[in-house]
Amino acid sequence: MHIVIIGNGITGITTARHVRKLSDHDITVISSESKYFFSRTALMYLYMGHMKFEHIKPYEDWFWKKNRINLVHDHVDNIDFDNKQCWLRNGEKISYDKLVIASGSKPNDIGINFSKIKGAQGLYSLSDLELMEQNTKGISKAVIIGGGLIGIEMAEMLHSRDIHVTILVMEKSYWNNALPMEESEMITRHIRRHGIEVKTSTQLYEIKQDESGRVRSVITDQDEAIECQFLGVTVGVSPNVDFVRNSDVATSRGILVNEFFETTAKDVYAAGDCAEFMNPKPGQFHVEQLWYTGRMQGEVLANNLLGKRIPYERGIWFNSAKFLNIEYQTYGMVPAEIPDHLDSFYWENVDEEKCLRIVFRKNDRAVTGFNLLGIRYRHEVCERWIKEERSVDFVMNHLKEANFDGEFYKRNEEAMTRKFKQGFVQAAVAAP
Amino acid sequence: MELVKKIGIAISIAALLLFLSCFFGAKYQLTPEILNTSILNQQDLEQIKPAVSFMMFNPYSSSFSFVKDFKSAVNSVNEKNRSQQKWDQVIYTDYTFTVTKNSNEGFVRDHNITLLTILFLLVIVGSLLFIIPRYAFMEKGIHHNNIFRNKVNALGWIGILFGTLLILFYILLYFFPEYITNWVILVDPLSRFTNGHDATQWYLYGVLYTIAVIVMGIRMLLKYRGNFYQQFRTSSVMFFQLAFAFIIPEILVSLNKPWFDFKNIWPLNYSFFYDWNLKSLMQNGTLGWFMLFWGIALIIVAVPVFTYFFGKRWYCSWVCGCGGLAETLGDPFRQLSSKKLIAWKIERWLVHSVLVFAVIMTAVTLINFISGYKILGNETNTLHKAYGFLIGSVFSGVVGTGFYPLMGNRVWCRFGCPLAAYLGLVQRFKSRFRITTNGGQCISCGNCSTYCEMGIDVRWYAQRGQNIVRSSCVGCGVCAAVCPRGVLKLENAEEKGRFEFHPIGEKKRL
Repeated sequence: MHIVIIGNGITGITTARHVRKLSDHDITVISSESKYFFSRTALMYLYMGHMKFEHIKPYEDWFWKKNRINLVHDHVDNIDFDNKQCWLRNGEKISYDKLVIASGSKPNDIGINFSKIKGAQGLYSLSDLELMEQNTKGISKAVIIGGGLIGIEMAEMLHSRDIHVTILVMEKSYWNNALPMEESEMITRHIRRHGIEVKTSTQLYEIKQDESGRVRSVITDQDEAIECQFLGVTVGVSPNVDFVRNSDVATSRGILVNEFFETTAKDVYAAGDCAEFMNPKPGQFHVEQLWYTGRMQGEVLANNLLGKRIPYERGIWFNSAKFLNIEYQTYGMVPAEIPDHLDSFYWENVDEEKCLRIVFRKNDRAVTGFNLLGIRYRHEVCERWIKEERSVDFVMNHLKEANFDGEFYKRNEEAMTRKFKQGFVQAAVAAP
Repeated sequence: MELVKKIGIAISIAALLLFLSCFFGAKYQLTPEILNTSILNQQDLEQIKPAVSFMMFNPYSSSFSFVKDFKSAVNSVNEKNRSQQKWDQVIYTDYTFTVTKNSNEGFVRDHNITLLTILFLLVIVGSLLFIIPRYAFMEKGIHHNNIFRNKVNALGWIGILFGTLLILFYILLYFFPEYITNWVILVDPLSRFTNGHDATQWYLYGVLYTIAVIVMGIRMLLKYRGNFYQQFRTSSVMFFQLAFAFIIPEILVSLNKPWFDFKNIWPLNYSFFYDWNLKSLMQNGTLGWFMLFWGIALIIVAVPVFTYFFGKRWYCSWVCGCGGLAETLGDPFRQLSSKKLIAWKIERWLVHSVLVFAVIMTAVTLINFISGYKILGNETNTLHKAYGFLIGSVFSGVVGTGFYPLMGNRVWCRFGCPLAAYLGLVQRFKSRFRITTNGGQCISCGNCSTYCEMGIDVRWYAQRGQNIVRSSCVGCGVCAAVCPRGVLKLENAEEKGRFEFHPIGEKKRL
């Protein structure tokens, strides 16, 4: 059997690796972005000079040949689902027995025509990074629209080259649509302290260009003009599925799949950023655009390709990020606005820029989520507590077990417990 | 700030140029008094004196011609002795360095105190003027911006030039000390102050080494503000270098006791079981015997016990002198170590071969010594010479340090150090130490692997949710520091579960 995978991101590559682990089938991975798999999350470090491209490749180049994973560096223009063939840009055709589409995302452009406005762009792919390298050469001021994870990465990248950055954020503070107010404000303060401007409750109104068509300034909806030579547009990403629109493969936002990653076309599967679950379970998302979920989906998909039908169940949510110098980890679900049936305990050390939030159900006090800034916690422990529906009182008594900070670091668990006792008097903290 | 940094660089370069120019400009003139004070062995002195009479009061403008004449004079004496089979009169001691140094006269000797003071101030002031603005006023965090565009840190021409200078320095130091007498004379006043004797090339080396560890240690402390493990281990190597490798041995020498570094462990300290060292220790009363037992206790008790509880980092990253230099002077080059699989294969063969070599050499030496030289006579000297040249000088010095800017800061520790191999075996098979991987949080970015000075592909483990248990890991903790997702933690914990896999999201659910 020949398994062809379109896309060599974390989903496609994890799929290929696990198919190889479990079977002896022929595997071909096609990508127009790069021949070799690299870590997309590390692109920012290339720009910042922390690493070179060779460092962000998780496997050495010999790995693919040794594992008989055939790599094709080309673009799939068209798929002939009837004859089971992929048409490449160079004119060649590749036949498949089973096809996996893991084509990832593309940056949202909110109607801005990047090709007409020089110096305006999003950031997702390797070529976006190369473009950014050119677009930011010798400039002094940049504006970024969008207060999300790629926005802050872009800000950090530009800041590393002493380019003055202004971020326009639609919400009341940075990433406030995903983080509760306190966390969001802490990060906003942190970003500002670095000399990066954050304009909250502000949107882009107009882009001004110079004669050459390059960005000259932006006008905000507050009627403020901000001079800039670069405009970063980081307002989320969408499934990169235009090449299969109006084909046998049904799409909505992304390629529609069931929990086995099967699409509407026979022997065609989709996973990762480009896939959209038709019927996600309650509390799960239609489109999962995370490194981690891509990896988990790839492994389950590999099994399904080989006939072992396993439904995808994501399990307890987790994620992490880094906002300049503040690390962020989250386990379980911490909504930006805590709903009525939940309560949350929040501890913060303002000077040290650390915080902990534990979300729990009001009725049985079972813990449902953790947010951490500036503190590292153990994935395995937090996940187990959430799964076992441990009460917040139990968790507060065992917090030390979850701490993952480096040796000799100041521990904050006692201060947290003290605060917990004050704020949640009814809790029987002393009793296990 | 930028201006202050530039001034700092300018002053540091001035110091380097001044030091380099001190290499030149001496005259050499041999006198009978110099010969008398340089050669204490009367039989050797009587033979050399007539042979070098043509050199007496004859001013030499370069060390090369002086050394050439002196060496050929001694060689002619020895050739005559050998041809007449007067074996007991052959001169084995090499007096070239001492005679050349004592014959040295000129600007450097006349102004050594002034020059030393100026150099010392320039180095300290210059480097701190660069280091402090570079790190002290920056936000806490990781300071790796633009490293791979830097001409020093990423195999640029300055890095290569620096490496070349280091290599040349080590070659001169180990094999041609008679040409660097000017530099040694510079530290004579300091040597007389600390131990009452004139300096040797090893004293010069010790001074430079200690200055490098202290100054670049301050850099580490500032660079890793906010990372308390880095603060701890950097302070520790600075302390051990200053106190154990420099001050205590100097005090011992000034008290006429043997020079002894209480933290240097066999087989890194490969001459510990050499007959001359054993004899010297045994002849030094209670202190000597204590040193002998101390040295043995380090090998058979401290290494396994401490490594069991803390991993080999207790030595390699907290105590060791080579590790101390690597973690301070070498830190700007840590990203240059190769992470390729082939490098790991070479490493395992090489480092364990050196360990085997050291063990065999020492065993043979000890058996021969205990048997009263009945078995091999003086043949072990040949073995010592080979080891000293290949491992002690070329590998640990010329390659080990000289290659910092070319192959990373742990070339010696990774590929050559027999003690690291021994510690590594304990760490791999019987230790509580591991680097724990935090579940499924790894994003495969590669910072951990890139900045691993030992060339461990940390990411390969982290992305599978596997703990890192590797014999070579020196526990510097930089992988955990640079990880942007809080995935790695150096830990001493129960042995059970050390090798466990926690691939959250993978396997488990299937």
